[in-house]
Amino acid sequence: MIEFRSVTKQFPDGTVAVRDFSLVIPSRKTTVLVGSSGSGKTTILKMINRMVDATSGTIEIDGADVSTLEPVGLRRSIGYVMQNSGLLPHRKVADNIATVPRLRGVSRTDARARALELMDTVGLDRSLADRYPSQLSGGQQQRVGVARGLAVDPNILLMDEPFGAVDPLVRAELQQELVRLQRELDKTVVFVTHDIDEAFLLGDQVVIFKKGGIVAQIGTPDEILAEPADDFVARFVGADRGKRALHLRSEAGRELVVDGDGRAAGVLVDGRTRDDSRGSGEKNDSEGRATTTALGSSDEAGAAATASGASAQGDRQP
Amino acid sequence: MNWLVENAGQIWELTLVHAALSAVPIVVGFVLAIPVGWLANRYHASRGTVLAIVGLLYAIPSLPLFIALPSLLGTRILDPVNIEVALSLYALAIMVRTASDAFASVDVDILLSATAVGFSTWRRFWYVELPLAGPVLLSGIRVVSVSTISLLSVGSVIGVTSLGYFFIDGFQRDFPLEILVGIIGTVVIAVVFDLVLAAVGRLLLPWTSRAVGRQRGRAAERTQLAGAA
Repeated sequence: MIEFRSVTKQFPDGTVAVRDFSLVIPSRKTTVLVGSSGSGKTTILKMINRMVDATSGTIEIDGADVSTLEPVGLRRSIGYVMQNSGLLPHRKVADNIATVPRLRGVSRTDARARALELMDTVGLDRSLADRYPSQLSGGQQQRVGVARGLAVDPNILLMDEPFGAVDPLVRAELQQELVRLQRELDKTVVFVTHDIDEAFLLGDQVVIFKKGGIVAQIGTPDEILAEPADDFVARFVGADRGKRALHLRSEAGRELVVDGDGRAAGVLVDGRTRDDSRGSGEKNDSEGRATTTALGSSDEAGAAATASGASAQGDRQP
Repeated sequence: MNWLVENAGQIWELTLVHAALSAVPIVVGFVLAIPVGWLANRYHASRGTVLAIVGLLYAIPSLPLFIALPSLLGTRILDPVNIEVALSLYALAIMVRTASDAFASVDVDILLSATAVGFSTWRRFWYVELPLAGPVLLSGIRVVSVSTISLLSVGSVIGVTSLGYFFIDGFQRDFPLEILVGIIGTVVIAVVFDLVLAAVGRLLLPWTSRAVGRQRGRAAERTQLAGAA
């Protein structure tokens, strides 16, 4: 568990990036910090591994105040994945993944063996082990970044807009991979993004920021969609428009779920609650994650909108 | 031509001496320039001042420096150490600016990422900054190498043995072949040193040549695409 207590960060130039911020980040869950740029979300992430030190307030990891921990050792015990992968361009893929184990004194042979295993874990072909990062695609580099973050099997994984710089198709693929990995690995993930769809897809807990490090709302995706704290949150999550503002329409004897533009987003499947649907398939929507809010449905939590976006076409009924 | 045959032994010997005397200042200048360049780059306020002062070293005329150094160092006038010190100062003067640029050329995001995964400042210097500054450092030492090898000849005026001896002797005896031997010998050393440095660079900086290879591959692909279109 990571706990922020009244944390404020003021930079030397006087900018207050984070103001009186408190948050409990539960273990083995994914917490997503989401907001536009300048909202202080990255600063908060960086305070966990002391890349940035708080001006006031305390940050504890499992009860230990991070300001009392030695920064270099602390950073080696926490996985870190950043935008543009942050890989060392002069080290081969396997060496990049083995970086932190090597820093912690693991032998070259053992570190390499572990690196190859991790390549399997993140879905990279082992034949890429002796390539340099510049010889990989953006998506592959990002996978290497994730593998490096996991190399010492840390309890905590910090991810700073890790999929921000890859194209949408690859991003969707990497997001699915992360969902799968998290199911297998059970890490405490703190994930920073400016993309609300990504936040709802990945987050067990989502923290929405306004400018200047002020928290607009903390909750599960369901809670935030069902009850946006204010107009800012409602606008930010887009609950009032487009593909999230769904309603039901009867068509040929079935209940269609229709988006804000009147386009069919899916069909309503009776009697399927989130518990029934869990584990029934790979698609995240069918696992009961709220990615949309169904207005006009009498059963807002139970109405599992079976499809949105890409899969909508296939489910459209004549 | 007889002169060449008769003096082959001396030509070879002076070439070796010249090479050996040049190697020391190149290495010393390079090694000293790295910490100075790193510090100049790290503390931005000091950068301009440090680079200006070190750069001024290069403005000291070589001959007076060669002559003044024995009294400053307490060495004998003919001691090669004088030349070595003087040439090391010149090498430093050229190399510090390049070293500072080399460290400035390293992507800040990569350094931040290295820190974030747990490199200490010391380790980060040796395993990240120095290798990534390598390509620019290499270009710097190649310039220093050529400059040092040619400057060393001037030392012959004050009697320190090198290939420069052939210029002076040939000039005094009005014997162009001997001057030519001095010039060609100097050029050959410079070329050999440069080839060695380039080879060491390829060995120590393997990722740069591969990246270049990849870019070439891409360029070829583009040409093919253009051809297909």
